[in-house]
Amino acid sequence: MALIEYRGISKRYGDAWALKNIDLDIERGTLTALIGPSGSGKTTCLRMLNRLVEPDEGSIRYDGRTLRSFKPEALRRGMGYVIQNVGLFPHLTVLENICTVPRLLGTPKARAARRADELLALVGLDPALYRGRRPRELSGGEAQRVGVARALAADPPLLLMDEPFGAVDPLQRGRLQEAFLRIQREIKKTVLLVTHDLDEAVRLADTIVLMRAGTIVQRASPATLLAEPADDFVRDFVGEDRSLKRLARVSLGSVAATAPAVALGETAPAAAEGCDGPAQYWVLDGAGKPIGRARPGQRGTLSPTPLPLLSAGASLKEALAAMLEDGHSVIGVLDESERLIGEIAIGDIISSSADAVESSSGGRQ
Amino acid sequence: MKAKDVLGGLTALMALVFIADAPSLTLLLSFLFPGQAAPLYPLASPLELLGQHLALALGASAIAAALGFLGGSLAHFRGESLKSLMLGAGALAQTIPPVAVLALAVPLLGFGNTSVLFALGLYGILPVMHGTLAGLESVSPDAVDAARGLGMSRMERFRLVELPLALPAVAAGIRTSVLINVGTAAIGAAMGAGGLGRPIMAGLVQFKTSYVVQGALAAAVLALALDWLLSRLERALARG
Repeated sequence: MALIEYRGISKRYGDAWALKNIDLDIERGTLTALIGPSGSGKTTCLRMLNRLVEPDEGSIRYDGRTLRSFKPEALRRGMGYVIQNVGLFPHLTVLENICTVPRLLGTPKARAARRADELLALVGLDPALYRGRRPRELSGGEAQRVGVARALAADPPLLLMDEPFGAVDPLQRGRLQEAFLRIQREIKKTVLLVTHDLDEAVRLADTIVLMRAGTIVQRASPATLLAEPADDFVRDFVGEDRSLKRLARVSLGSVAATAPAVALGETAPAAAEGCDGPAQYWVLDGAGKPIGRARPGQRGTLSPTPLPLLSAGASLKEALAAMLEDGHSVIGVLDESERLIGEIAIGDIISSSADAVESSSGGRQ
Repeated sequence: MKAKDVLGGLTALMALVFIADAPSLTLLLSFLFPGQAAPLYPLASPLELLGQHLALALGASAIAAALGFLGGSLAHFRGESLKSLMLGAGALAQTIPPVAVLALAVPLLGFGNTSVLFALGLYGILPVMHGTLAGLESVSPDAVDAARGLGMSRMERFRLVELPLALPAVAAGIRTSVLINVGTAAIGAAMGAGGLGRPIMAGLVQFKTSYVVQGALAAAVLALALDWLLSRLERALARG
């Protein structure tokens, strides 16, 4: 049974329909993205789930119970809530912000604070450094991370996110998405995400629900949505660069090839006569971090210029963009401690794009 | 705290001490009015007058703060219709000069300290109510949405989010109210109340300018000192 079931939901504001007879199931442990042009009803759809908006018609079941049988406050405390402008409480510290829901639920202060520290670490902020800060002392990206930590504080099974990464610059957005994917893989919450950014939906979601004027146009996996748009509207929405978008879903870690490497000062082996050896070798320091490159037969030296490197969580689309930007044909892939775990060449991107089309009905890669 | 602020505060406090001290005040008034034999108002000591005035102004402000805060909060809870009514009534009432309010209070409340206290209190409600409402309204919609979405009840939202964020504006309203009251309380002497209005009234009646200066100067110094004190409080609240 699905965790959430919308049945025949309608809502109108005056003469305008916000939602028209919506049926929608959201499965446990999956990330569903509601996407569509503004005014398509996606936010209304989300806000009905924590009863910030009540439907005019139809009913929603949550965990087998009708939503109306819950007290709104109790319901909301059991659902994480993240909004575009974060809405951190400006008079409270980061720690106090994160502890909001546990404190409402009566969790002892010390326990809530311990949990807050864990969450700060989870979203990639050093607790010792950030715990006591005020929201005005945070950058947009940091504030949004705190917002996510606050939503997770009481360990709710369901997370509602309304344009969570919409207010930060594209670079930050990519990092936040990457961090969020990592977290979601760890905690496996049911997530309902509202976004107008198709790239974001393709990258993060298990299921995409495309909405238009209060109705659902297509509900499908990202791969299916990109490969088999249900109608012209979906095709237009998806755009001509579908194959490029598909790349946003593939992380470098999952497709990186083994990177040939030598230690500093070592000579890279020359290719045997008549054989195709690697075109270049990475030069690693003692900790396995890349510090230079060497051609076959040359000694490994420090690179005078920055190397083309990306983290394993970055997508093929980012790798391609980086290649086009700087004219590199190979990019090194790093793990979380910045050690080289592989490399990706432009040919690999082309072949994984072809694979993605074939396995279009499959899950996340 | 900036050195300039401290200096300003110290100056105001020193001036207050100077003005409350009979010998030093006599000295100043003799210097300003060399022709006058007894330039100091004789019926009460400067300290006594200052004390009466302060009690009157602060008492009235306490009434104003309590009622204004309640009214502002109530209007905030009750929504648009009451809010615009309150603010409209507030704006209208602010156009009535405080002197007129005192004059109107006499037939209703009679002469004396109590009636002046209440009249000042009622007049001082408006800035507090205005400040409270403005403060509560200025809370960012995102914070309010987050508070609702995280499951705060209406009262929890008020207590934990809206009120702490509105406090600096409430304090600003109270400061305005106190300053108005310090000034207006001087007129209270005409309605039989004590305070720094007594030397002023006596001076006007007896053509003794030194009495008038004594009262007016003390009231001005008191207002400056209170203003310094309350704006410090306000900033401390804003810093949270």
